[in-house]
Amino acid sequence: MIRIRNVSHKIGPAPILHDISLDIPKGGITALIGPNGAGKSTLLSLIARLAVLREGEIHIDAMKIGEVSDRELARHLAIMAQSTHVSARLRVEELVGFGRYPWHRGRPGPGDRAIVESAIERFGLGPMRHRFLDEISGGQRQRAFVAMAFAQDTDYLLLDEPLNNLDIAGARSLMRLLRQMADEDGKTVVIVLHDINYAARFADRIVAMHEGRIAANGAAREVVTDALLRDVFGTDAEVSLHEGHPVVLV
Amino acid sequence: MLGPLAVLSLFIGAVPVTLGDFLHDPEGQRLLLVSRIPRTLAAILAGAALAVSGQIMQILARNRFVEPMSAGAGQSAAMGVLIATLLFPATAIWAKMSIAAMTTLIGSLGLLMILRPLPPTQPLLVPLVALIYGGLIEGLVTFFAFQTDMLQFVGTWLTGELSGVLAGRYELLWLAGLAAAACWLIADRLTVMSLGEDAARGLGLNTKVVTGAGLVAVSITTAMVVVTLGAIPFVGLIVPNIVARRMGDNLRRAIPVTALSGALLVLAADILGRVLRAPYEIPVSTLVGVAGAAIFLVLLYRERAHG
Repeated sequence: MIRIRNVSHKIGPAPILHDISLDIPKGGITALIGPNGAGKSTLLSLIARLAVLREGEIHIDAMKIGEVSDRELARHLAIMAQSTHVSARLRVEELVGFGRYPWHRGRPGPGDRAIVESAIERFGLGPMRHRFLDEISGGQRQRAFVAMAFAQDTDYLLLDEPLNNLDIAGARSLMRLLRQMADEDGKTVVIVLHDINYAARFADRIVAMHEGRIAANGAAREVVTDALLRDVFGTDAEVSLHEGHPVVLV
Repeated sequence: MLGPLAVLSLFIGAVPVTLGDFLHDPEGQRLLLVSRIPRTLAAILAGAALAVSGQIMQILARNRFVEPMSAGAGQSAAMGVLIATLLFPATAIWAKMSIAAMTTLIGSLGLLMILRPLPPTQPLLVPLVALIYGGLIEGLVTFFAFQTDMLQFVGTWLTGELSGVLAGRYELLWLAGLAAAACWLIADRLTVMSLGEDAARGLGLNTKVVTGAGLVAVSITTAMVVVTLGAIPFVGLIVPNIVARRMGDNLRRAIPVTALSGALLVLAADILGRVLRAPYEIPVSTLVGVAGAAIFLVLLYRERAHG
């Protein structure tokens, strides 16, 4: 479980998060949604210790952020940051292989290689494993980065807007892969999503944020409502139900 | 390819020699041991170390077009030698070298601090700022040298050439070679760094330690080359770029190729410099500079066509 208690955060003089307390239970997919500037990405990078936590406490199981070492945390939590623009020319299989770095620190064993192989196969990267990252499409690159996070073999997987720049086929297949990781491998996936419909369709829980506060927290049906769209997103789009899932009619 | 070129290098110089001279003539053997072998080794060591240090600098600065020799590190090393010579004229070479390594480290740290806030969306801004930064330090060096009548000495540090290499006067370059070899030992860490600071920390890498280690390696390399040969620009720029094009940035695989290619480039330029106007010589930095500037332009245009 990720326990967030009384977390506030400023970037420069600008307050980004106000006194946030939130429990993200173990297992399943939790989606963070909210308009631009709501503080979703900031909260995610605080959980992943990429931004320095100054006010409040975050625990991941028994590990306290700020006290646990980067190296230890890297074996329990993987983060895929928003900008996966990497200037380094690496081959797909090399990138996925670096997901094992927290475990082997430079000396991969047969176990590491087996996990990398299974990640490459699972994410359908076999045909392009020897290509360089700047030679494949944006969707394939995004998949390679998720495969790297998968190879890191952590209980927790944090993703910041992984659907950016993906077409509908790429976005759906990526979400299905994440769903599979939650259902079959028992991973806890926390994902920042821009598109509410993807959150409603694939996530077990939705946390809606607004101006640095938690606006709603619960199952998709409870959270995604006309009122949420009006109050949090400031738009009058309608919500309809399709086979039990709320769908925003845009 | 390096082997034959190295052998060729042994036979080329102001005094013509044959294999027989090296084998039978004591004067020929002395020439070989005191001048030709040291000179060839110096070119190989300096070329390899400079190319690797360029590759490391490009990772630390997160930009492909930065190179320590022209981006402040080389000039800071010259500043260090100047300070050492002015303040402690009687001091030993290793003390001058240590001071030069220190000023180089400070100079490189300064560069990274200046580069950090630049927007990553403007990749060409980084080399421009780095060149201006290097030019500023060079201006300072020249000013102090002018004030203290040291301009001639400074000239030898700012223009790298190998005609002065003799046994006993190039051995510091082995330190530069060692620094480059040490980079190969932490190649995986450096490659993880190239994924970006956030991704690297997400993988549990201590980015501060790796940045520090990389900077120390770059500084030692640059300072040793400047102290023994003088500044040789562009090797650290073009070699890593060409290697990255062909085999990517996985440093465990790339660093040996980079080192070999850098050694080849400097050795070839030195041989050419000995031949073109024989019995006079063209400094290796001039030849590499002319060729390097042309290749740099091609690289820039290619990058823009890609991006």
